Amino acid sequence: MSAATATVPVADARISLRGHLRHTGALIRRNLLWIRQDPESMFDAVLFPVIFTLLFVYVFGGSIGQSLGGGQQQYVQYVIPGLLAMMGMNMAQGVGTGFNTDFNSGVMDRFRSLPIGRGSVLFAKIVVEVMRMLVACVILMIVAVLVGFDITHWTGLFASVGLAALFGSALMWVFLTLGVVMKSAQSVQAMGFLVLMPLQFGSSIFAPTNSMPGWLQNFTKYNPLSSLADAARGLMVGGPVAHGLWVTLAWTVGLTAVMAPYAIHKFRTKS
Amino acid sequence: MTRIDKNSSGGGNAVTVRGMVKHYGETKALDGVDLDVREGTVMGVLGPNGAGKTTLVRILSTLLKPDSGEATVAGYDVLHQPRQLRKVIGLTGQYASVDEKLPGWENLYMIGRLLDLPRKEARARADELLERFSLTEAAKRPVSTYSGGMRRRLDLAASMIGRPEVLFLDEPTTGLDPRTRNEVWDEVKAMVGDGVTVLLTTQYMEEAEQLASELTVVDHGKVIARGAIDELKAKVGGRTLRVRPADPLQLRPLANALDELGITGLATTTVDAERGAVLVPILSDEQLTAVVGAVTARGITISSITTELPSLDEVFLSLTGHRASAPQDTVPTTDTREEVAV
Repeated sequence: MSAATATVPVADARISLRGHLRHTGALIRRNLLWIRQDPESMFDAVLFPVIFTLLFVYVFGGSIGQSLGGGQQQYVQYVIPGLLAMMGMNMAQGVGTGFNTDFNSGVMDRFRSLPIGRGSVLFAKIVVEVMRMLVACVILMIVAVLVGFDITHWTGLFASVGLAALFGSALMWVFLTLGVVMKSAQSVQAMGFLVLMPLQFGSSIFAPTNSMPGWLQNFTKYNPLSSLADAARGLMVGGPVAHGLWVTLAWTVGLTAVMAPYAIHKFRTKS
Repeated sequence: MTRIDKNSSGGGNAVTVRGMVKHYGETKALDGVDLDVREGTVMGVLGPNGAGKTTLVRILSTLLKPDSGEATVAGYDVLHQPRQLRKVIGLTGQYASVDEKLPGWENLYMIGRLLDLPRKEARARADELLERFSLTEAAKRPVSTYSGGMRRRLDLAASMIGRPEVLFLDEPTTGLDPRTRNEVWDEVKAMVGDGVTVLLTTQYMEEAEQLASELTVVDHGKVIARGAIDELKAKVGGRTLRVRPADPLQLRPLANALDELGITGLATTTVDAERGAVLVPILSDEQLTAVVGAVTARGITISSITTELPSLDEVFLSLTGHRASAPQDTVPTTDTREEVAV
């Protein structure tokens, strides 16, 4: 630049908190409008809790219930908090594939050429997915009551849903990262399936862990899905809460602290 | 941070690019490009697929980081002031950058909010732009139901929401039929009328001639020619007149008559015996009139007279001595992504 070139000061380029909220709000509206445009996209949130509850209660309920020293009704009390723990995971899986498709669409270029924080696009997605998850939780509880679930601790129920939403959002950051980093929606789905399958079944979600081999029992102790199921069970129907709660919170904080900045960084630099 | 004051910088360049380089492995998408776009003008960047046009636009709109080189847009540094820069640019890509699943109005409202317009103003701006781009009736329909031309118009409207100082149009009519192309051209001309500086990339000489006042021709990431459209046209011979005598035996006498006229000075007439026509390069409407006059004076009956613009291929041939590197269609039908995927 020549010495003759005059310069003028410019306003601070940083985006205010209100700006971030405004941008995230506009993008949340976008994601909600998608649902209005395509109500079928709510099928997973609506049907998953119904199908899983009926499947587990009526197929395995009798025999697992017996080993719990009761019957099917005993199993309902056992499995519903476990299924609640799965809701976040179920939504998170969809986030990765959905975001991968979204990322490869032309509108991302538009967003990236606008003066907005790049994180807004990801935050909005997570807020809407948590909303969808809460819908799934409400439906799960309705079905649960219909199959005879006895809600004894309402505060425990709300606390469990809150904990599940927190952990769900942490998992969503993981899957958003996969959605940004991986090339196709199919590979995101395959990857998600591979990681979540052992976490889901190597846990106390569907059956008590005391009949599992020692090494698997150790795995379940620190498996976040198992811990979340234990904590939810303790909060909703009574029993120990502390270990499950702390392990879940540790995973939630750890995953979010690492994956959220990483996802935003990847989103910012990917072109 | 400071912004270069356009008013005191004399030249009034809305875009300056110096030594821009971007490689993808072995592929040199940009290989040392310099470019200046004066404020309030339309710069056409003409080149075949893979010439580096899209890479240039992506760097200037902060979507991509160059390997080396520098650039300013509306006084802001592309590398160091991306946020400020994004406030003053508009971008319309080759592939409509609007949300397919949202209605047209919602797309514009969303972008208004992302550009920090208050709700009321964002609503008003969405209404206003839909009206201007004749999309009011389709306002509530999802974009996925729009035709190609409607999508492109919505895309242009979306680029205008923030009243940009500089607008990047990356092949705005690629993939559109000729009628729709004309519609988009009219909209672009109207936008230029508002005083926006435009950097337009295109594969079509005709489009450049319609919209741009200056032209930069790029090939393999390098600028191979630049100047006012008229200068470049003079270099490549401007339009070609195709004159068909009613009687094929008159071909030779007609060619001789036009040669004697000596109007072109640059190129001579050629006889296309196969199609029974004489081709005359001309530079102005006066020369066209002179040709008609000469034909009449000789008493030669002609069955048709048409003017043709040089194709991208011919432009390249006259500027570089080789053909454009990628195969070209004369009608914009290509639907392949330009350049290495980025």
